[in-house]
Amino acid sequence: MNQQPRTTHELLESPDFKKLVKQRWSVSLVLTFTMLVVYFGFLLLVAFNKEVLATRIGEYTTLAIPVGLGIILFAWLLTGVYVFWANNKYDTSVENLKNKIQ
Amino acid sequence: MLLSLLLQASAGVSTLGTANPVSIGMFFLFVAVTLYITYWAAKKTKTGSEFYAAGRSISGFQNGLALAGDYMSAASFLGIAGMVATKGYDGLIYSIGFLVGWPLIMFLIAEPLRNLGKYTFADVVAFRLRQRPIRIVSSVGSLMTIAFYLIAQMVGAGGLIKTLFGLDYEIAVLVVGCVMTLYVLFGGMIATTWVQIIKAVLLLSGATVLVLLSLSKFDFRPSYLLEAVSTNYGQEMLAPGGYISNPFDALSLGLALMLGTAGLPHILMRFYTVPDAKAARKSVFVATGFIGYFYLLTFLIGFSAMALVGKPAIEGIDKGGNMAALLLAEQTGGTAFLGFIAAVAFATILAVVAGLTLSGASSISHDLYVHVFKNGVSDEKGEIKVAKRATIALGILSILLGLVFKGQNVAFMVGLAFSIAASANFPALLMSIIWKRFTTQGAVWSIATGAALSLILIVLSPTIMVDIMGYEEAIFPLKNPAMVSMSGAFLMGILVSILKPESTAAAKFESEKLRTYLGVGAE
Repeated sequence: MNQQPRTTHELLESPDFKKLVKQRWSVSLVLTFTMLVVYFGFLLLVAFNKEVLATRIGEYTTLAIPVGLGIILFAWLLTGVYVFWANNKYDTSVENLKNKIQ
Repeated sequence: MLLSLLLQASAGVSTLGTANPVSIGMFFLFVAVTLYITYWAAKKTKTGSEFYAAGRSISGFQNGLALAGDYMSAASFLGIAGMVATKGYDGLIYSIGFLVGWPLIMFLIAEPLRNLGKYTFADVVAFRLRQRPIRIVSSVGSLMTIAFYLIAQMVGAGGLIKTLFGLDYEIAVLVVGCVMTLYVLFGGMIATTWVQIIKAVLLLSGATVLVLLSLSKFDFRPSYLLEAVSTNYGQEMLAPGGYISNPFDALSLGLALMLGTAGLPHILMRFYTVPDAKAARKSVFVATGFIGYFYLLTFLIGFSAMALVGKPAIEGIDKGGNMAALLLAEQTGGTAFLGFIAAVAFATILAVVAGLTLSGASSISHDLYVHVFKNGVSDEKGEIKVAKRATIALGILSILLGLVFKGQNVAFMVGLAFSIAASANFPALLMSIIWKRFTTQGAVWSIATGAALSLILIVLSPTIMVDIMGYEEAIFPLKNPAMVSMSGAFLMGILVSILKPESTAAAKFESEKLRTYLGVGAE
């Protein structure tokens, strides 16, 4: 931690930078995977078990309606989670690393 | 023919198809305001960065609205509302597919794209690979996506405007082609972005008012609306119906919609208009929010139209239900409100084709002219001159294509555009960002395979063989080829890259990281 990389090559090889890249893709891939599972899970449910979605949860309202609108909301919230993480954690680490090469 | 049908079906019921003073006034106001913006933008559009990327001066929030504007086409506004109005819940399944690509753009593409590129997504693919071959194939991928999208928009525009204003199809196509060419030619990305923002605000507020007016008939309680739908047209309207009969069809279309979004050149180009990666990320968040809200509105508009206007009246005017939102507007807000919504639909078409034309022109001037014919040495003046000529050529081409495809069934072209975007553009873009050993040959083969498979398989699919050519059965079983063509593109890219390594590309991958992840050196 106390070693200060001076050249860009050293920076690229530094554990801090490697950690940053690894973390960035872990977050991205977990979020991507979550979105894929939710969306394709929904499509498979529609394909193989429509009856579940046709279940009434109100006098006329079916389960399909909150599930469908919920996926739209979920997709948006997921982008919010990413922005929150990136603005707080990712950008801070980027700033720290950038300061080291200046 | 549509017009006479329309008048028969709606005699005394609807004023659709007649010249409506409000819609004509509104439309002229929109064109006047946007042309004034173009005039203002023209003074600020001198350099390449201003023409292609609005001088990177658009804020994250503004770009979010503009992205939403690019994506909310008249086809999705009228088409999805119509699908809900005639088929019920299935329309929502379709719109969900269009939305879920946005988070993926954010997680996988947006920031590296912004940091690595300059004006087009090919900048990113070609970053550490050999310029010439990459620029050639990726501009082919871009231009194919744009062409099919553009044809669908122009033909839809001609038909729609004819129905809305009673204007001749040919005149409508000519007006759309000329006005949008003016935006792009003189105002570049600055004008195109502001046209997009104004249109997005108009469309979102118009649709919101339409929903409020409709819900007021149900005491603002959506459950009463659902009750009306269920009692008139059956409870099955509120649950998934026949939309997904074959799960593989559903998965393939789902992939095309989801990943195609991340490969649309006119969407990707927008990320260069913001100053940095942070703003790029904010713009996806804003865009996803607005687009999601918009699909919620179209869902409510569709059901309201079904309950208030009635399915037979909607299908009587247009079998696909495309006029549902407009009939609902007339019924709930009178002729003046119909005029307003019709003008918004017209403005929507103009804005979307302008965005497509600009991205086509930049592919021709930036990717082909500079990097293929000028070996990457750009004399700024020459490049802009070529971009402007390409804009005029594309404007003329879009008018011609609109006229040639008049009366043809072009609905499949949007699906085809998404399939090419998902198969030719997206895999190469993603692999160039994340995979060290990706090579020039790998990229070329991946793009070529994705584009060729999409084209060939769509011709052999039921979409064309059965629905258009009238055969009993199709050679290829899926309606949208994305599942096969995209897998093929990934596989080909990986195989070719592994078989013939390119050491210089792999070496550059490491130094590229500084720019990808820290934004050091980003333009």
